[in-house]
Amino acid sequence: MAAMVQRLRASVISTPTASLINLVGLAIVAVALVATAQRVYQGGATYFFQTLGFGLAQGAIFALVALGYTMVYGIIELINFAHGDVFTLGAFISLALMPVFGLNEGRISGAALILPLLGLFVVTMLICALVNVGIERVAYRPLRHAPRLAPLITAIGMSALLEGVMNVWRGPFNLHYPDFLPSTQIPIGGGVTIAAKAVMVIVVAVVLMVSLTLFVNRSKLGKAMRATAQDRDAAQLMGIDINRTISATFFIGAALAGAAGIIYGLYYNSVQAFDGFQYGLYAFTAAVFGGIGNIPGAALGGILIGVIYSISDGYFTVSWTQVLVFAILIFVLVFRPTGLLGMRVPEK
Amino acid sequence: MSAILRVGGVTKRFGGLVAVDNVTFEVEEGEVFALIGPNGAGKTTLFNCVTGFYKPTLGTVTFRDRNLTGSPPHRTAKAGIARTFQNIRLFEYMSALDNVRLGHHCRMHSKLWDSLFKTPFERSEEKRITEHSMELLKLVGLERQSENYARNLAYGQQRRLEIARALATDPKLLLLDEPAAGFNPQEKVELMALVQTILKRGITVFLIEHDMKVVMQASQRIVVLDHGEKIAEGPPVEVRNNPRVIEAYLGKSA
Amino acid sequence: MTTVRNFVRSNVRNPNAVAYFLMAVSALFFPAVVQFATGGSGDYLVGLAADGGIYMLMAIGLNVVVGFAGLLDLGYAAFFAIGSYTYALVASNHLGVTPIGHSLHVPFWIALFIGMFVAATAGALLGAPTLRLRGDYLAIVTLGFGEIVPRVFRNAGIWTGGVPGISALDVPTLPGWVQGPWVGQDFGWVPDFRFTSANLTAYYMLMIILIAFVVILVHNLYNSRLGRAWMAVREDETAAAASGVNTVSVKLLAFSIGAATSGFAGAFYGAKLSYVSSENFGFIVSVTVLAMVVLGGMGNIPGAMLGAIVLYFILFWLLPNAPGQMQGLASSLGLDWLNQSNPNGWPGIGEVVSRSKYVIFGLILVGIMLLRPQGLLPSQIRKQELTHEEPEALAAPRQLQA
Repeated sequence: MAAMVQRLRASVISTPTASLINLVGLAIVAVALVATAQRVYQGGATYFFQTLGFGLAQGAIFALVALGYTMVYGIIELINFAHGDVFTLGAFISLALMPVFGLNEGRISGAALILPLLGLFVVTMLICALVNVGIERVAYRPLRHAPRLAPLITAIGMSALLEGVMNVWRGPFNLHYPDFLPSTQIPIGGGVTIAAKAVMVIVVAVVLMVSLTLFVNRSKLGKAMRATAQDRDAAQLMGIDINRTISATFFIGAALAGAAGIIYGLYYNSVQAFDGFQYGLYAFTAAVFGGIGNIPGAALGGILIGVIYSISDGYFTVSWTQVLVFAILIFVLVFRPTGLLGMRVPEK
Repeated sequence: MSAILRVGGVTKRFGGLVAVDNVTFEVEEGEVFALIGPNGAGKTTLFNCVTGFYKPTLGTVTFRDRNLTGSPPHRTAKAGIARTFQNIRLFEYMSALDNVRLGHHCRMHSKLWDSLFKTPFERSEEKRITEHSMELLKLVGLERQSENYARNLAYGQQRRLEIARALATDPKLLLLDEPAAGFNPQEKVELMALVQTILKRGITVFLIEHDMKVVMQASQRIVVLDHGEKIAEGPPVEVRNNPRVIEAYLGKSA
Repeated sequence: MTTVRNFVRSNVRNPNAVAYFLMAVSALFFPAVVQFATGGSGDYLVGLAADGGIYMLMAIGLNVVVGFAGLLDLGYAAFFAIGSYTYALVASNHLGVTPIGHSLHVPFWIALFIGMFVAATAGALLGAPTLRLRGDYLAIVTLGFGEIVPRVFRNAGIWTGGVPGISALDVPTLPGWVQGPWVGQDFGWVPDFRFTSANLTAYYMLMIILIAFVVILVHNLYNSRLGRAWMAVREDETAAAASGVNTVSVKLLAFSIGAATSGFAGAFYGAKLSYVSSENFGFIVSVTVLAMVVLGGMGNIPGAMLGAIVLYFILFWLLPNAPGQMQGLASSLGLDWLNQSNPNGWPGIGEVVSRSKYVIFGLILVGIMLLRPQGLLPSQIRKQELTHEEPEALAAPRQLQA
C-alpha cells in the first residue's frame, strides 16, 4: 500500500501543476531567506552568534528527542506520542534525584560537579528507558497486529497518562531546575562570543549521538535493529528476537530522551509537566524534516528546527514562531514526505 | 473484430530495474486473451500499468480508442476495465452483498444531496443495484452467502466474490490475475465455465494464469513475457511449440 | 397496531435501536426531571447538558472521519474554532472595530450555516493536499493544523480580538415563522421559549433538535453509496480504487463533512457563550472528542453519542465536583490532614483529584483500546474487526506484487 502511494505521489509530483506548486514553495523559501539575511545583517555579529548558539543548543536537545521518534517509527511505524513526555519525565526524575547525588544548587560547582552529574545522567536515563520499555510492553505490543489506529490511540493515551502523573506529582507549575552550568561567554574572535552553556549542551548531545550512530552501525544489536526495520519477517527468519530488538529500540530512544530532559533542565532552569507535548511535537517535526526513520536525518532536522526557532524568536515575532514550526511540518509532509535525507521511507 | 485494448510499447522501470520492457500487443474484443510467463516476468506489473496503479515509464495504454495512459485506477474502472488481484483483496468486514454493491459505485448517480436526504431517486437506485448485486452473486454461485462477511467465505468463494465485485463495475474488459491459483481440478472446470458465461455477456477477458491447462483450453491468444520482454504471441498451439517459450520455462537446454 | 408491534419486536434486540430510543426519551424528559429534582433551580444543569450537546455533535462528526473512513484527525478542534470565530465575525459588532469598519449581524440561522460552510472549506483545503498521505502522516498534519489555528486566531490582533477574543456575539433567535403567538406563552416546564441567559431550557431544546437532525443526516450517509465507499476505503484502499472508487475525493468528503459538523457545533457554541477566545480550542478538545468516539465505539453513531455522554459527564460534572466531595469525605472520616496542603509537596486531596484529569483521559484511551477495543456500544463490523486478532500470515504486508 505504502509503495503504491509512493508511486502515485511520484507520478503526481511530475505533473506541471505540481512543479508549479513546488516552484511557489521554493520562491517562498527564497523570500524568507532573503528577509532573514537582511535582518541578520542589520542585527550585527554579536547578536547573531548569541542567537545561533541558542538555536544550536536548542536544536541539539530537539535532535536527541527526535532520535527516539525516528528509531521507533523506523522499526514499528508508530508515532510514539508518549516519547515527548518521557523526555519531560527525565527532567522531573533527575530533579527528584538531585539530593541523592548531593547536587545542591550553590553548594557545588566546578569539577566537583562532573561525577555526580554523570551518575545523575546514568540513573535518569536508565529509569526513563525502563519506563518506555514498559509502555511498549503494556500499550503497544498487544496491539501489534491490530488496525493501525489502535496503537496510535494508546500512544496518545500514554502521553496523557504520563502528563497526568507528572501533574499530580508536582502540579501544573513551572518548577525551578538548578543552574549548574557556567554562565561565562567564550570569545570566538573578532569580539564575538558564544555562551559556554550552549557549547556544553552541544558537546554532550554530539557525544551521545555519535555513540548512538556507532552503536547502530557496529554492534550486533544495532544490526538487528536495522534488519528488523527493513523487514521484520525476514529478520525473524534469520533468528533475530523481534520483541527484544523492539524493546531495545524503545530503551535506547528513551535513554536519549531522558538525557535530553536533564540537558533541557540544566539549560533553561525551568520545567513543567506539560512541556513534553509541545517539545515532543517540535522534535517530531525535526524527525519528519530530516526524513522519518533516518538517524542522521533526525539529528540534522533537530539542529535546523532549533536554529529556525531561535532565528524566528530573535529576529521576527516570538508569537508566530510556533505557527512557523508547525507550518514547516505540514509543508514538509505535503511536498517532501521523505524529508531532507529520507532516501528510503520505510515501506511496509 | 476490433482491438479493445492496445498496449503500445509499455515500459515500466523501478529505479534501475526494468520490470516491463517495451511490450506491445492488442486484445481483441470478445476473446479470452492470456498473459503468461515465469515468475517475476512482469505480468502483474503490466496489469498495474493497464489499470492505472502504475504509470508506465514509457508507452501508451489505449482502451476502446481512448488513451488511458496514467489514468488513476478509478478512471480506468469507470472507462470499463475491471480487475481482480493475485492475492485476493476483498473488503473483509463487509458482507458479500455489500462488496458487490460497492462495485456499482462508479455507475451510480446519487449525489451527496441524495444520500443526505434519502431522496426517492437514491432509494430507487439503491433498490436497483441491490437487485443487480443479488443477480451477480447468483451468477458466481454465492446467492446463499450474501449476508456473510467476505472474510468468512471459503477461499474459492472469495475468488468468485472478487469476480462478482469486478463485474459490478459493468466492465467491457475483465482482467483476472491468476484466477485459478489454489483451485482443485473441479473448481478449475467451474471457473472456465464462469469465464465462458462472462464472455457471453459481451465482456472481453484478459487473464494471467500459471496453469497451462487452463490457459491452453480457455484462451484464444497468448502473449508470453520473460524478464519484462514479450517473447512470443499467438494461438495456444503455436506458443506451446515456440522454442523461446520452452527455453524461458525450462531454461536453456544443454 | 400490529405494525407497531412488529416494529418494536424487530428492534428490541438491536442495541442501536434501543440506545437511540433510550437517549431520545431521556433527552426529552431530562429538563423536567432535573427541575423537579432540584426544586426548580436546575437551570445550571440544563445549560451544562446543552453544552454537552456541543461535544456530542462533534463526536458524531469525528466519528464520520475516524470511524467511517478510518482517517485519524487529531486537530478536530481547529474546525470548531473556525466555526466559532466565523460566527463571531458575522454576528457581532466586531467587524466594525476592524479596518473593514462595518459590523455584520447575520441572522442566527444563516450565520450558523456560514460557520459550518467556512469550516468545511477549511477542511477541504487542508485535506486536498494531505489526504494522499499515509494514515499516520495525516494524523500529524491535522495535529499541526490544530496547533496552528488557535495561535493564528490569538496572533491575528485586531481581526480576531487577540488574546481576549471577541465578545457580545448575537444570541440565537428562532426563525420568524416559528415566532407565532405561542412565543411568550407558558409551556409548563418550558416557561418562555426565548433565548436568554436566564432560559437555558430553550438552548437545550434547540440543541436536541439540532442533534436529532444531524443524526438523521449522518445515518442516511452511512447507509448510502458514500457510506459504503468510506468503509471500503477503510478496509482496503487499493481494492476500493480498483472497484471504481475515487479514494481521494471520498476521503475528502469524509474529512469535510467532519469539519462541517465541527464548524456547525463551533458556531452554536459561540452563540451560546456569546463570546469566543483562542484558549478554548486546544489539543485537549481534539483529544476529548477522539476519546468520546473511541470510548463509545468507533464507526457507530449511537456509540459515539453514548461515549460523548459518558465522558462529558465524567469530565464536566464528576471531576469538577470530585475535589469537593473528596474533601467532604476526608473530613467526615476524620482525615482532615488530607485536605491540608503541606510543605512536603502534598497539595491537599482536593487538588490532587482535580489534577488527575489527564490520568483519567490516558487510562480511558489505553484501557479501552486494550480491554474493549470495540468501545461501549460497538458497531457490528468493528466488533469482529477489533477483537479478532489477525493471524500472522494475513497481517503480512499487502502489496502489489510485480
